[in-house]
Amino acid sequence: MTQWIIAIIMAWGAVALGDVAQAETRELPVEEIASGVFVHIGQTALMTAENEGAIANVGFVIGSDAVAVIDTGGSVREGRALLAAIRARSSKPIRYVINTHAHPDHIFGNAAFQVDDARFVGAKNLSRAIAVRGPHYIEAFRRLMGAELIDEVRLVSPSLVVEDHLSLDLGGRTLTLKAWSTAHSDCDLTVTDDQSGTLFAGDLVFLRHIPVMDGSLRGWIADIAALATITAARVVPGHGPVSPWPLALTDERRYLDTLAHDVRGLIKAGKPIAEAAGAAGSERGKWELFDDYNARNATAAFSEMEWE
Amino acid sequence: MIGLRLPSLSFLSAGLLGASLAFCFAPAKAAEGYDPWPGLVQDVFNNKPMQDGANVLSIEMPARAEDASVVPVTLRSKLSPADERRIKTITLVIDQNPAPMAAKFTLGADANVTAISTRVRVNNYTDVHAVAELTDGQLYVIKTFVKASGGCSAPAAKNPDEAKARIGQMRYRQFTQAGDGATSGIREAQVMVGHPNNSGLQMDQLTQLYIPAFFVDQLTLSQDGSLVLSVEGGISISEDPNIRFTYVSNGAKHFRAEARDTQGHVFEHEWPAEGSGT
Repeated sequence: MTQWIIAIIMAWGAVALGDVAQAETRELPVEEIASGVFVHIGQTALMTAENEGAIANVGFVIGSDAVAVIDTGGSVREGRALLAAIRARSSKPIRYVINTHAHPDHIFGNAAFQVDDARFVGAKNLSRAIAVRGPHYIEAFRRLMGAELIDEVRLVSPSLVVEDHLSLDLGGRTLTLKAWSTAHSDCDLTVTDDQSGTLFAGDLVFLRHIPVMDGSLRGWIADIAALATITAARVVPGHGPVSPWPLALTDERRYLDTLAHDVRGLIKAGKPIAEAAGAAGSERGKWELFDDYNARNATAAFSEMEWE
Repeated sequence: MIGLRLPSLSFLSAGLLGASLAFCFAPAKAAEGYDPWPGLVQDVFNNKPMQDGANVLSIEMPARAEDASVVPVTLRSKLSPADERRIKTITLVIDQNPAPMAAKFTLGADANVTAISTRVRVNNYTDVHAVAELTDGQLYVIKTFVKASGGCSAPAAKNPDEAKARIGQMRYRQFTQAGDGATSGIREAQVMVGHPNNSGLQMDQLTQLYIPAFFVDQLTLSQDGSLVLSVEGGISISEDPNIRFTYVSNGAKHFRAEARDTQGHVFEHEWPAEGSGT
């Protein structure tokens, strides 16, 4: 009898502790930008311990049967907060976890979704990018954000790979996924919710936050022309506010064109790559984090365009 | 030819293998202020004493690696023309990289190379050392410090498929020289070699084995058969190895580049010395 009571008390205690742990996982603030479409707008900043890596836009779409998550954030802690925000709004199963590319601010929350039967979805080169860059990212961000946030990060390869196009049925609404040739990165993927006319562009689209080029400048400029033909009412960029589509491309197109023009000029004049950092100087003041990324974009662009 | 290259190969192997085995699996140490330099002096330079090189050469790098995979570096001779000594070799070491021995440049005896620029990968906050061996038999060392890049920059290919497609392409460019270049015979040129220069440090997800390193380990530049500059490279050299340098023309009609990679491919090309081309 005593044993029974102890067992009951222990079981009750475990449940109570579980509740406390649940309650302590805060919800990531999200906004419903269209019916069933939720977005958290990331801080325009570099990933730090203080912001828990929550610098990219992440979101989810709720269908009548299932939920799809689009990017998971810059730490498992952010991923858990996103999961809590989903669970506060829907008890439907999370069927798909879509990564728009391999950068840490978009995939470091993946481990929070390695539950149930969620399938991880990415463009055809995502696995390779995660394999090649993932260990470096974990090492570098452990240094920048601390072991507590980073040690629980898991590199999760997609089990569902988008070669070109793929449709995902959430029940009553369909997501259309498209894999792009190398542009912002070598594994960019966009997601369109056809019902609401919402385009999740990942880092193919930046607003306010200076575009970051980690793929091919020429490829990106070419892809923008194709991106602009996507039918949508609004875009959720990888960074920056939700904006009307395709008007949202204006600033990014101007920046990338300016960068390409200036870098080509430097190469033609025989300047060394060390001077590339001065390219696109006319764009300073038009973007946040300009000094954090412009020199890098220009250096990468220089080494690409030298082969033209 | 083969006999000439063997010693340099063994030097490179010792540097690459010894150093990579010792350091690439100890990244935590690197982050905690562990200084690999004394070990590198032993492994790469056999503990040979080094003099301060501040009056012999300079090293220019950005204070921060903006793009971890493409960090410009320029080495310049500071020896005056009247100095009887000459720089025979310069070894570039990126202390905290998985393979610290980035490159060894051998300067042609008659080419008067005074500046060499290339691009390297920088994985971490690191000292970068340049060690010059002079004709007086002494080693002279200088160093600089580079901060790691932030954000999503990685010392990896941005466009691996294009890098693969470009393998073996070569470009030569002769730059217009300001001042008395035309009459003094001083030239500035650049050679580019298309190659992914894979680090080999990533694991194949299916086999769980490390993908073998695949990089340009030897690049030899010459004017009508006379050595201008040769480079023994490692995996710290950026994708598409790119060397820009000054030299003095010996009146040669042709400039020649010959590159070899770790799979034994040989890429060679010859251009009119005064032109540019692919």
